[in-house]
Amino acid sequence: MPYGFWGRLLEVDLSSEKVRTVEVSHTIFRRYLGGRGLATWILWQRLGSKWEEVDPLGPENILLVLTGPLTGYYPGSSRLCISGKSPQSCGVVGSTVASEVAVELKAAGYDGIIVTGASRDPIYLYIEDDRVEIRDASRVWGKGSRETWRYIYQDTKPDYARNGATTPPAFIYIGPAGENLVRTAAVMSKWVHAAGYGGYGAVMGSKKLKAIVVKGRGSLPPVADPVRFKQLFEKVLDTLLTRQGMRAWGTSQGFWSVGYDLSSEPIRNWQEEWHDRREFAQHEFELRVWRKRYWSDWGCPTSCMKLSCVRYGNETLVTDGPDYEMSAYLGSNLGIFNPEHVTQLSALADELGLCGIQTGNVMGLAFELYQRGILTKDDVGYELKWGDVKAAARLMEDIAYRRGIGKILAEGTYRAAREISRMKKVDVFKYAVQVKGIAVGAHGIRSGKDYPQPHAYTASVQGGDHTSVAPEQDSVFLDSAVICSFNTVDRDTMIGLLNAVTGWRVTQDELLKEIATRVLTLQRILLLLGGPDVFWDPRRDDDNPPRFYEPLPTGPYRGSKVDKSKVEELRKKYYEELGWDEYGIPKEETLKKLGIEAAAHEVKRIKKRLGIE
Amino acid sequence: MSKQQMVWILRDYERCSACRLCEIVCSLRFEGRIWPEASRIRVFEVVPGIAIPHFCVQCPDYPCVKACPTGALIVDKSTGAVVVDEGKCVLCRKCIDACPAKVPRIVKGKTSVIICDLCGGDPECVKVCEKAGFNALKKIPRPGSTIIMHYAKTPEELAKPLIRKLLEMNPEKVM
Repeated sequence: MPYGFWGRLLEVDLSSEKVRTVEVSHTIFRRYLGGRGLATWILWQRLGSKWEEVDPLGPENILLVLTGPLTGYYPGSSRLCISGKSPQSCGVVGSTVASEVAVELKAAGYDGIIVTGASRDPIYLYIEDDRVEIRDASRVWGKGSRETWRYIYQDTKPDYARNGATTPPAFIYIGPAGENLVRTAAVMSKWVHAAGYGGYGAVMGSKKLKAIVVKGRGSLPPVADPVRFKQLFEKVLDTLLTRQGMRAWGTSQGFWSVGYDLSSEPIRNWQEEWHDRREFAQHEFELRVWRKRYWSDWGCPTSCMKLSCVRYGNETLVTDGPDYEMSAYLGSNLGIFNPEHVTQLSALADELGLCGIQTGNVMGLAFELYQRGILTKDDVGYELKWGDVKAAARLMEDIAYRRGIGKILAEGTYRAAREISRMKKVDVFKYAVQVKGIAVGAHGIRSGKDYPQPHAYTASVQGGDHTSVAPEQDSVFLDSAVICSFNTVDRDTMIGLLNAVTGWRVTQDELLKEIATRVLTLQRILLLLGGPDVFWDPRRDDDNPPRFYEPLPTGPYRGSKVDKSKVEELRKKYYEELGWDEYGIPKEETLKKLGIEAAAHEVKRIKKRLGIE
Repeated sequence: MSKQQMVWILRDYERCSACRLCEIVCSLRFEGRIWPEASRIRVFEVVPGIAIPHFCVQCPDYPCVKACPTGALIVDKSTGAVVVDEGKCVLCRKCIDACPAKVPRIVKGKTSVIICDLCGGDPECVKVCEKAGFNALKKIPRPGSTIIMHYAKTPEELAKPLIRKLLEMNPEKVM
């Protein structure tokens, strides 16, 4: 009997409106865990042989909404892993988001959902235990986070008179950006949470799938060793509760520290990474916009979220934080340092269903091109001046609705840079801060003081994703198990909890050298297959954005830049450790060792395309 | 046990983070597994950021006990809690009708309604909430006054004024 998971996924085909359950064997869970690992396996199995032809925004793509063996069993593990073929990288991204859907799914008896095909008309999926309905969503199509919440809440609220005050179902959804197939659109949850990396909001939009609503009435799957589980759960809880800094400041502590202390914060599209703007610090946000309410997701003792409100015209805007990434990308990266303005933009991104990182990055690119006169008022329709919150808000809306210049920027940084270079006959890639289609998170590498190493982004199977930088074995574990990276404790305890729940005897070695390496190897293969509109060449694309090789112009680390030979040396060593060749193509013996020999077909196609033998 | 020793769980909605550790420990105690739906306390996040921990108030006049036709609901004299006699409950829903807060719940897989029994006077939810430092739930001596009856409201009734106060939003437009 399996512990920690049900071994059962729900599969819904939106083209034929057929619903079925799919059994997943114990062996597969043991080899891929769940979440990101399981997503990679499913995508390889089902789409691997024709990967290059699969349009991420076509009905042939698969949307995956997966839990992991630790869902509900690790403090703060009400997290989902959203995946599919990414419309950003054309590879696989395990994009995680806090959502009670994870716990509801387990309570409904599923480990996850596979969505195939596409609906003709807007719909939402309603799941209540064994009952699965495809419901009309035409009246909520086009609506932002706020109205979507209200609509789904009213449409699915349990009848208290029948069974007492039963909690409403949880759901994930998309905003207008996802509906309009914006490649920087996120899958949203609870107004403020986003699975941003990967662009899966657009995948939901392409399937005309507005929301997935789940209510589970059962318990979580059984645990192998309940006594040990309880002990370790308490231990993790106790450890997390000592981290009062996260509760007090959340990631907002980074506004100041990543910039002033570490010189690694994006400022004006990464032209600088250091600032000494005292108003751009967590304390100023605390005094001006935080409501000072504890705010957690299911099972989370950390409570890093900050409920923030600003008045905007006649209404109140609400956002979480803004957290570090939002403030960096929608604040300093656009030259905006005012707490109210950053909060406004973060709330607007939430409302439109945009990933603040990917969108803030492509907006930064547009602002810089405007600064350099490459984009003009004629191109944009208005001025793009650093620090202008109104222009930023307007541009963000133009992206979400694909209006004017927004139509090009809605394609994300890589594709926008390609199009603008073609249009303007200038190479603008030197201003594009992205790696293999994915904008780099708000953690620079030039000063060498922040956590990512020089090769961190170049060798990642998720490109610029700051939550999964090379070496990324630990990230594979977190995203597959699926637990929050802010709630990690020592590896032994985490693995101990995994074993107590599942009854496995996974060792650190097996976890990192086999399971995580297997997942990374398959992710790398699918990334290098790419297509249909973008193909990566490791000789060119396993590299940092050009900007990271320019010296930092300001701050205590002025003059500091990334040493390319160091990048190459570290990357080569990392690929060797993984059993990949000098181009990062997995070797045949590695495939054999990992038990994925069949992937040799895919490797052959990669080598053929690249002309490498 | 005298009336002074009876306990009551004071709830401070503004301190609740919606972390639901209370649901985890409650269902572990009563069901031996994590089963949110069977937790005697449930947290309603009717709009994001507004959390309503919802469970029995022990109304001074116990309308649910009065409404029960089979004698399945009994007031525990030592704690003041409503205790369900599982063998007698026929799931007739009369207690739900009678409860102003709709607290008694029928849960798939359970053969009787579930209601918080204060863990015999030492509630697990309070312990974990205090341990986590949120202190949204506190164990206090049961107030002699009938003021506690005002807590007996549905999650929406409790959330609406908080949405106005904390988010400065019109609840009718957001929930």
